[in-house]
Amino acid sequence: MNKTGKKVGYLVLGVALVLAPFIIQDKYFIHLLIEAGLFYMLVAGLNLITGYWGQLTLGHTAFVGLGAYTTAILNAKFNATLPMTLGASIIICLIVSILFGLLVLRLRGPYFVIVSLCFAEMLAIVATNWVDLTNGPMGIPGIETSVISLPGLGELAIESKMGFYYFMLIIVAAMSYIIYRLLHSVIGRASVALRENEILSESVGISAFTYGMIIFVTASIFAGVGGCFYAHYYTYVNPELFGFTYTITMLIMLVIGGKGTFIGPMLGCVVFTILPEMLRGAEYLRDPVLGVILIMVAMFFPHGMGGAIKSIGIKFQNREGR
Amino acid sequence: MLAEILQQIANGLIIGATYGLMAVGLTMIFGMMDVINLAHGELYMLGGVFTYYLVTLAGFNYFLAVFIAILLVMAVGAIFDQVVLRKLRGEPTVITIVVTIGLSIFLQSIVVLIWGATPQSIALPFSNNVIQIGQVFFTPFKIFMGVVAVGVIFGLQFLLQNTTLGKTMRAAFQDKEAAAIVGININRVYVINFALGSGLAGLAGALLGTLFVVYPNMGLIAIVKAFLIVIMGGMGNFLGAIVGGLILGVVECLAAGFISSAYKDIFGLLIVMVMLAFRPYGLFGRKI
Repeated sequence: MNKTGKKVGYLVLGVALVLAPFIIQDKYFIHLLIEAGLFYMLVAGLNLITGYWGQLTLGHTAFVGLGAYTTAILNAKFNATLPMTLGASIIICLIVSILFGLLVLRLRGPYFVIVSLCFAEMLAIVATNWVDLTNGPMGIPGIETSVISLPGLGELAIESKMGFYYFMLIIVAAMSYIIYRLLHSVIGRASVALRENEILSESVGISAFTYGMIIFVTASIFAGVGGCFYAHYYTYVNPELFGFTYTITMLIMLVIGGKGTFIGPMLGCVVFTILPEMLRGAEYLRDPVLGVILIMVAMFFPHGMGGAIKSIGIKFQNREGR
Repeated sequence: MLAEILQQIANGLIIGATYGLMAVGLTMIFGMMDVINLAHGELYMLGGVFTYYLVTLAGFNYFLAVFIAILLVMAVGAIFDQVVLRKLRGEPTVITIVVTIGLSIFLQSIVVLIWGATPQSIALPFSNNVIQIGQVFFTPFKIFMGVVAVGVIFGLQFLLQNTTLGKTMRAAFQDKEAAAIVGININRVYVINFALGSGLAGLAGALLGTLFVVYPNMGLIAIVKAFLIVIMGGMGNFLGAIVGGLILGVVECLAAGFISSAYKDIFGLLIVMVMLAFRPYGLFGRKI
C-alpha cells in the first residue's frame, strides 16, 4: 500500500465510522462500538509504552482508575460538568505519572513490570479502604449525565447512545492523530530506537529517561481520559477498575491486535469487544480459550493481527514495484 | 506491649518464611531462565487446590496430600516449560511474560470452572492446643510451617551446593553457553529448575492455604508479594529472597497489629517503592 492508498483507507474508515449509527440502528451494536472505542483509549497508551518504547507495564489501570475516580468524585460531590472532570482527570494523571515516573522510570524490564503492577494494586487498596472519599468497595454510583456548554452555541448534552458514540469517535480520532504525529516525530523514532537497543541509543545522545517520560506521561493521560469517559458512560465506578482483569483484557487486545503497529490495537479492541459477546452461552469456556490463544499468538505471531496486515502490505508493495 | 510485639514478630517470621519459599521459586526461574513467571501465583493456588482435593475428597493423610500436591504442581510446571517455554528460549522477556500471563488466565479459569468461587478451608492435621514459648504463643500448625520452610530452604541449599545436579544448575546459572560447552544438558537443567520453582510455589500455597483459605483468585495477591520480595532481595538472589520474605512477613504482621489491618498490604508496597528509589538493584543486589 502506498501513501495515498493508506490515506484513502483511513478516510473511508473514518466516514464509515461517522455514518455507522445511521446505517446500523441497533442500539446494542452501537454500545459495543462505544465499548471498543473506550478500550482503544486505554490500549492506545499501552501500545505506546509496550509496543513502541518496549517496556511492559501492568499498571496502566492505575491511571484509568485515577481518571475514573477523579471524575466520579468531582461529579458526585461537586456536580462538576464534563469539561471540568475531563480537565481534572488529565491534570491529575499528568501530575501522578510525572511523580511516579521520576521514581521508577530508571527501572527496566522485570523491575518496571512489577513496580507498575504494585502501583495499581496500591491504588486499588486505597480505593477499597478510603471509604469517606471513595465509598469503598461499594463504588460511586449515579455519575450525572454529561453536559458540555459550548460558548455561543448553547449546551450540548451527551446522554444518548448517539451522543456518547460521537464523543467517543472524537476522542479516539484525536488520540490516533496524536499517536500518528508522535510516531513520525523525533519522539517516536527515539522510543523505537530505545526499544531496539537502549545502550546504543544512549551512546548517540538519545536520553532514555526523557523520551521514556514523554511516552509514559502521554500514555497515562490517555488512560485518564479513558477513565473519565468510562465514569460518564457507565455512571458508576468501583475499585475493580484498578484490577488485574482489566489489565489482562487490555494486554490481550494489544498483543493479539499487534503491539507496535498503528492499526493493530484498533483491530484488537474491536475484535475482543465483539468476540466475547458472540461467545456468550459458552462463557465458561471463554477464559480458558483466551488463555490458550494468548500463548499461541505470543509463540507464533508475536506481532499479532497488525503485524500480519503489515507484512501483507509489504508483499503487495513489492509486487507493485516489480 | 512487648509481648504483643514479640508475638507479631513471631507470626511474621513464620508467614514470611513461607513467602520466602515462593519468592525463592520465582527468583530461581528468573535468575536462570530470564523468565518473569506471572503464572507463579496460579502455581501457588494449585498447591492449595490439589491439597484440598486430596484431603477432602480423596481422604488422604494431610502430609501425604501436600507431598503429592507439590509433585503435581511440579508436573504442571515441567509440562509448561517443555511445551511452551522451550520454544521461546532467548526471546525477549515481553514475550515470555505474555505467555505466562496466558498460562495464568488458563489455570485460573479452569480452576474457577471446577471449583467455583467460594473459599474452602483444609482440615488442620493438628490439634488447636496453643503452645507457649516464653511470652509467645504458637499453634502446632504454625510451628510445622516454620519447620518445613526452614527444612526446605536448607534442603535446597544442600541440593545446590553439594550434589552434581546442584553444580550443573549453578553452572548454567552463571553462564549457560559455557555450561553447554562442557556438556551440561541445558534443557534438562531448565526443566528441573522450572519444576523446582513451581514446586516451591505449590508448597507455599499448600501451607498458607491451610493456614487461611483456598480459593481460585488467591494467586494474585500472593504473586504481588512474591515479586515485592524478589525485588527487595534483588532479582536472582536466593539469600535476598529469603531475607526479603522474612522482612515482608514481619512488616505486614506489625502493621496489621498496630496500625491498620485493612492497609497492611500497602506497607510492603511502600517499602519497595521507597527502596527502589535509593537502591534500584535490591537490598542484596550489587551495584552495576
